[in-house]
Amino acid sequence: MPTTTTDIFTEKIERDLAIEPRDPMPEEYRRHLMRQISQHAHSEVIGMQPEGNWITRAPSLRAKMILLAKIQDEGGHGLYLYSAAETLGISREEMIEQLQTGKARYSSVFNYPALTWADIGAIGWLVDGAAIVNQVMLQRTSYGPYARAMVRICKEESFHQRQGYEIMAKMAAGTPEQHEMAQDALNRWWAPALMMFGPSDAESLHSKAAFQWKIKRESNDALRQKFIDKTVQQTEVIGLKVPDPNLRFNAETGHYETSPLNWDEFHRVINGDGPCNRQRLEHHRKFHEEGRWVREACQC
Amino acid sequence: MDTQLDLWEVFVQSKPGQSYKHAGSVHASDKQMALQNARDVYTRRGEASGLWVVRAADIAASSLSDHDMLFDPANDKIYRHPTFYQVPAGAKNI
Ligand SMILES: [Fe+2]
Ligand SMILES: [Fe+2]
Repeated sequence: MPTTTTDIFTEKIERDLAIEPRDPMPEEYRRHLMRQISQHAHSEVIGMQPEGNWITRAPSLRAKMILLAKIQDEGGHGLYLYSAAETLGISREEMIEQLQTGKARYSSVFNYPALTWADIGAIGWLVDGAAIVNQVMLQRTSYGPYARAMVRICKEESFHQRQGYEIMAKMAAGTPEQHEMAQDALNRWWAPALMMFGPSDAESLHSKAAFQWKIKRESNDALRQKFIDKTVQQTEVIGLKVPDPNLRFNAETGHYETSPLNWDEFHRVINGDGPCNRQRLEHHRKFHEEGRWVREACQC
Repeated sequence: MDTQLDLWEVFVQSKPGQSYKHAGSVHASDKQMALQNARDVYTRRGEASGLWVVRAADIAASSLSDHDMLFDPANDKIYRHPTFYQVPAGAKNI
């Protein structure tokens, strides 16, 4: 019979029982989740910007409606996640403040620009595709509200990836110029998408705790490999090339091998020095300020 | 005079980690009584790993007459479903 708070928590984790907001939990578990869930939420919200950039320039009404619906979903994902984080005792204001002061981060991939319409295809296919692999794992994360938000999100993500892949397939099969745009977008988004899983977690202390607490159930490298194995085939089917001269199928392991990633770039970008970091935060601050009167009116 | 106490709606979580689902309602004078009644009425066979009770008067609900106004906008947006998209022949895991 568990007696102390830690015992109850540890036993629930061992038995694969979800932790609910009012259950006892170690302070470090709570803080780890606050950070992870709020940063996940920030990524959903900041991630609306590179795509939002193309709403007014979508090539058809059909494409525009789809893109709007997709971006609206991402805003919704942000809301599910902010609410899940709030169950841990952090307020929305605190989280927004952490984002805007750079104390909290968001996925480094959203600091790259969406230069052409093909980028909208590449983002849906690769960025949402990579997010899906990670989020499918998180459906079984140990914190109940986070896991439930993930179930909802995963259901919605599959349209996101398909609409992106459809754009890529269409452009790859279009005029030589369109084909080239599709290949160029793939070339630019491939590595940033692979880096979304984060550096190898072999040495990370954070990861070790996350595994023990079953917040995380698969390593960054294993998830990245899953994504690569799926995506190479999808690339070939639409007649594009994976931009990696060292890509090779290893028949023994049954997995694709790829070049090492440029983690210096990753660290530089996530620490604020990517192509669009400043623009992303400025945009967020601007609209947050412009909405201030609405928040104030709500309090009257 | 009403002798039936307040109406509370009961939400049951059937397994740890799952969403709380509406099970029914009970009458009670306060939170604690509502929880106890909910336990007695809805979880006599080990149906629950968690219980929520909410005073019915505190719930804001949509009404039938609002149905079209609220939910119509979703009907013509079939592009929110993955099946709307053409996946090239042979593409797997998407
Ligand atoms: Fe999302
Ligand atoms: Fe998405």
